[in-house]
Amino acid sequence: MTRYRAAAPETLRVVPLDALTLIYHRASGITHIVDSPVPEILEVLAARPLAEPELMARLSERFELVDADAAALTARLDELVATGLVERLCAI
Amino acid sequence: MRHLTHLRIGPIGFRVGSDWRGPIAALENLYRDYPAPEDGIPDFNVHLFAARPWRRLLRPSVHIGGDFVIPDAAPLPLAQGLLAAEMGMNLQMALGQRRFLLLHASAVERDGQALLMTGMSGAGKSTLAALLMARGWRLMGDEFALLDPATGLIHGFPRLISLKNEAIAVLERALPKARFGPVLKGTPKGTIRHLVPDARAIAAMAEPAVPKLILFPNYGFAAAERAVPPSETFVRLTQASTNYVALAERGFDALTRLVQTIPARALDYPDTATALTQVERLWEAA
Amino acid sequence: MTDGRILAQALRDPVTIARLEPAGWTALLAIARAEQLIGTLAHRLEGLPMPGAAARILADARASAAQGRTAALWEAEMARRALAPLGMPVILLKGTAYAAAGLAAGTGRSIGDLDILVPRARFDDAEAALLAAGWEWVKPDPYDDRYYRRWMHELPPLIHRERDRMIDVHHTILPLTARITPDADALIADSVALANGLRVLSPEDMLCHAAAHLMADGDLAGGMRNLWDVHCLIEEFGVAGLEKRAAHHGLGSAVARAARHAHDLYGTAIPESWCMWDSRDPLYRRRILARDGWGRPTRKLTRLGFYIRSHAIRMPPAMLARHLFIKWRREA
Repeated sequence: MTRYRAAAPETLRVVPLDALTLIYHRASGITHIVDSPVPEILEVLAARPLAEPELMARLSERFELVDADAAALTARLDELVATGLVERLCAI
Repeated sequence: MRHLTHLRIGPIGFRVGSDWRGPIAALENLYRDYPAPEDGIPDFNVHLFAARPWRRLLRPSVHIGGDFVIPDAAPLPLAQGLLAAEMGMNLQMALGQRRFLLLHASAVERDGQALLMTGMSGAGKSTLAALLMARGWRLMGDEFALLDPATGLIHGFPRLISLKNEAIAVLERALPKARFGPVLKGTPKGTIRHLVPDARAIAAMAEPAVPKLILFPNYGFAAAERAVPPSETFVRLTQASTNYVALAERGFDALTRLVQTIPARALDYPDTATALTQVERLWEAA
Repeated sequence: MTDGRILAQALRDPVTIARLEPAGWTALLAIARAEQLIGTLAHRLEGLPMPGAAARILADARASAAQGRTAALWEAEMARRALAPLGMPVILLKGTAYAAAGLAAGTGRSIGDLDILVPRARFDDAEAALLAAGWEWVKPDPYDDRYYRRWMHELPPLIHRERDRMIDVHHTILPLTARITPDADALIADSVALANGLRVLSPEDMLCHAAAHLMADGDLAGGMRNLWDVHCLIEEFGVAGLEKRAAHHGLGSAVARAARHAHDLYGTAIPESWCMWDSRDPLYRRRILARDGWGRPTRKLTRLGFYIRSHAIRMPPAMLARHLFIKWRREA
């Protein structure tokens, strides 16, 4: 099953501002400008890698996400994988 | 390059070499009251050179080079050699500056505090800075403000103020006794004339200031003001900085700290007189 | 006459900078920048007494090199993530390899594009995976594309859409002649694994690669940095097995020449018998050191001579295509 692993918390400098959140990723030197649910996803994945269904469940529970849309979560995860903030782990 | 000169602007030292005497003479004249690079060692080198040896004399065309270059940049005619030198120095800062976070902003100082004005070309930041200088503010710079990540202070870069087109006459009227460079017509940006910062700006160039207010001026609109939230200020300042990425985490820290502690306002103005009044009021209120 | 010797001397024997006057410092820093060695110089000179301005400029250079290193290692990591599912060996080359493996050659080094080596048989898979992960061709043109693939030992350059950084995927290291080519299978077989699963060449192969680059890159641009790489590698690993391995790849004479020039410039410890100069070495030395006090390239006739030479001797059409391709890319 495919799981997702977030960049380790110690590699991230997270600064929430008014309308958005800034994330400096030490490992890449890249500054990301993000909005919900990205900080929440990274927080939930911080403990250990999770597969999508479990991630969705944790997010809904923890943050009371109103629109628990699986397709939207997949899209966000794809974006995060492209930025390098999340790594996709395929079981081989 | 047989001709050369050294100068320091703010904390940055330059060595400028040239195949022609003209640009060097212009620099030595206009920057005559500026100090030499610290320890005699410049931070950056600028080269003003002819593409081929015979082009030194025949239709002379000044190519701009240096420690940091943009490949295939268009050359300038020798008559605009001073502009080439200024562009060369700007280029070194834009591409090579690593100690300070470079903000594309003008800066003036009062009571040890700095006002930063940033925005696109034509927004009026150079003109407003020059007019504030005429009104007794200390000019720190018209193009670049340097943010020191270690201290959070703003350092000035008081190069020659670059006035364009209509702004030239405005400043000639406001500062009839000031020193100006030659009128340069037909440049890529129209007519340019350089204004030498006043004695106070030059004497105080090594003194940093605490940032107090950030303005985003916008020329040519009815007078209006808007508070700019930190998130927007952050994004606009990173776009206005050429070395934000290169400064890595230090740059991130310095900029996030700045936008979270200093207020920012967007300022629409129809004419400079109105702008100056608005600026003074916003400064008092900040 | 100022030339690259001032830089070679400072790298070789850092304490000699105590003798430098401001003009000497100015030239040293300009030449170091031009040769992309200012980060290396900054590390070599760290802590030595020097004028404040020089100390600040070199501190900036160290910070700059550190940021460049982070960015380069990140590119390697993103390439690793894209290629990991395919299960092929991915071997880092040049500056990124030195940094990833924690080698002395990586200290303060300026690192450009990411260069990797993969088995030729997996080329198509690698290409597909990188394209899927956000890299794209620098200049999609069907004619150049075909020519490039046929003649080059690498894919046409790829650039990442978001990060704007290039990756060059090779299946062998530079062949110097059409007849003798390095043994790509051996390069891969003897590569060394890093903790994260990426690989680097064995020390002897790294030296062969550095030497091949120095001699094969037509006009010897970047010679001082290449030779510093050679110097660091030899200082760290010695020369055991090098001669034999170089001969195996057909790079014996390139490695020998690189070693003796590193010895000449930087005092690299090599066997006495390797130090003999041939009739062309003085010209190579002149070319390698051809910078003025502003860091600008000098000795145009010598440089032209090298450029013509590199075209005249069996320069593979590859080199020509590569230069042209890169030139087009720059003009884009």
